[in-house]
Amino acid sequence: MAALTSKRGPSLNPLDSLKNKVGLPYLLLLPGMFWLLLFFLAPILTLVSTSTKVPGAGIGEFIQVHRWANYWDALSAMHTQFIRSFIYATLATLLALAIAYPLAYAIAFKSGKWKNVLLVLVVAPFFCSFILRTLAWRQILAQDGFLFKILQFFHLVNSSTQLTASTLAVITGLSYNFLPFMTLPLYASLERIDPRTMEAAGDLYANGFTTFRKVTVPLSMPGVVAGTLLTWIPAAGDFVNAQILGNPNTTMIGNVINAQYLQTTNYPLAATLSFILMLAILAIVLVYIRRAGTEELV
Amino acid sequence: MSDASTSAKGDLQLKNITKTYGDFNAVDDLTLTIPEGSFFALLGPSGCGKTTTLRMIAGLDEPTTGSIYIGSTDITYEKPYRRPVNTVFQNYALFPHLTIFENVAFGLRRRGIKDVKEQVDKVLQLVELPHLAERKPTQLSGGQQQRIAVARAIVNRPALLLLDEPLGALDLKLRRQMQIELKWIQTEVGLTFVHVTHDQEEAMTMADTIAVMNEGRIEQMGTPADLYDNPKTAFVANFLGQSNLIQGTVVDTEGENLVVDLFGQKVRVQKNRSVAKDSSVLFGIRPEKIRIQADSHTQSGCVLEGGTISDVSYIGVSTQYQVEMPWGQELMVFEQNDDGIPPLDKGDRVKLSWEPIFSFALNGHEDATAGSEVNPEEE
Repeated sequence: MAALTSKRGPSLNPLDSLKNKVGLPYLLLLPGMFWLLLFFLAPILTLVSTSTKVPGAGIGEFIQVHRWANYWDALSAMHTQFIRSFIYATLATLLALAIAYPLAYAIAFKSGKWKNVLLVLVVAPFFCSFILRTLAWRQILAQDGFLFKILQFFHLVNSSTQLTASTLAVITGLSYNFLPFMTLPLYASLERIDPRTMEAAGDLYANGFTTFRKVTVPLSMPGVVAGTLLTWIPAAGDFVNAQILGNPNTTMIGNVINAQYLQTTNYPLAATLSFILMLAILAIVLVYIRRAGTEELV
Repeated sequence: MSDASTSAKGDLQLKNITKTYGDFNAVDDLTLTIPEGSFFALLGPSGCGKTTTLRMIAGLDEPTTGSIYIGSTDITYEKPYRRPVNTVFQNYALFPHLTIFENVAFGLRRRGIKDVKEQVDKVLQLVELPHLAERKPTQLSGGQQQRIAVARAIVNRPALLLLDEPLGALDLKLRRQMQIELKWIQTEVGLTFVHVTHDQEEAMTMADTIAVMNEGRIEQMGTPADLYDNPKTAFVANFLGQSNLIQGTVVDTEGENLVVDLFGQKVRVQKNRSVAKDSSVLFGIRPEKIRIQADSHTQSGCVLEGGTISDVSYIGVSTQYQVEMPWGQELMVFEQNDDGIPPLDKGDRVKLSWEPIFSFALNGHEDATAGSEVNPEEE
């Protein structure tokens, strides 16, 4: 560091000397560290501590007995909802990827002067509340909605079909809500690809599809990994879509945790489930990144 | 994939190629034959249409009209991946996610070639980088990336190798070295190389034949020496090296020579080195062919008197003089520093002289500054 600064000649910036003396980087880290300590580490410790409690004599009273068997109990009671959450999240992520990849590709390579307009449109749903947008889906899928009428016209549904309050509605709702989180990282990594590498592939006897498979997709993998993570993680913990668009058989783990905290006020169970969810997501993501990491990423 | 187009062999022929963008002719009725096995350079300033021409040969652009043949096969509208043509791209366009080995193997694998490893190893030997096979492109220096880009193309043994400003991203020293190497590789593999560049030195070092392009057309084509010694247009005279072009009038004929009047002074030029259509000529002489001496000396050959040195720059191997002539024009003179005589000074009165065989005459109705104002480095 000293060698570097001396090469640049005498410094006119007073911050430079400050940096060398007191370690400015650490100083800059302080607010963030403090924030994490207060709002991440402390709550997690509280969560773990709550998770091993058992109900006491009074209502809303819990006694710390370090009962780790709580975890086993919670898992055996709620494993269906856990598995359902991960399946829904995975299907929603795949659906979002299938929609977002062509979209991001078109914006990155084919949109010309419309690029910025399209990017704004991708983000535009954020200007409206998450809950409202999900409620709107209930209107769109309703039996008296226009979509239903169109599908009915083509005999794809009949009057006994129920689009709302279904598994399909929950999964499409999840896909819809997290679509921008998939699209933007995909766009960013596609846009970074030098179009000449694609021309080079064509020049080296690869047709359009082979070029896409051997050059475009591998080079966009960072975006695919980022996008799927940003979609899958919040989708796995989501409860709004299942609540608004689902039925009792589509309950996700987020709904259970929500109910245990706010309705049943069984804090130890809610804390146990939350912690299990967190660990499960962490484990799945780590495995996923390792697997994706063995692909030839840039 | 052994159909007619990918296995086409023979001379490359461009027939009346025109490429139009809106109402702008990037390439204007270009007809050109590039013999099989030659090292051919398309030389010109930025925007002259040379890169567009290259892209049409590669199949990355389609001509508006005209056709492209390799041997007797029409490849005008053939997809790039179905042409026996490979390209070394400007900035190389190596695949960043693949190793050097896989980069080079890419074309072979697409064509389902059997002995990929053997062929890749061989071409990596040729470019002297076999030890880098397992690296990624970003771990290589610019010069190494350049050689891999060449290897990735020539491993496919195309009928035609296109090089798009291949040395533009390298520094001067490396560029010189790569020029020699590319020329050597071309001789070694015996493929037809078509090289696009704005750098006249690069073109002259490597190419057997150079076509000088300007505004979508070929100004002149020939060997480097021929283009330099016998420019046919002011653009070529100024773009390839430097020239002094002086407005003059043919006043007489003396045997094999024309007598030209340059603002009252008579000089001679060989008849067969004149392309003038009438008596109005641009009389041309290269700066290094001129001898410069103090006014008092007597001189042989053609002589122009009454010059005044307006600027002197000493650049080691030579001294460059700007000489203001009585009619106001500045002439350029390069004098080798090989005689031990100290350079003349600014303000000295001088005579300029040269052997008549070195001078040439162009059409006098041309713009004498054509090709001299373009900044070739600006691509």
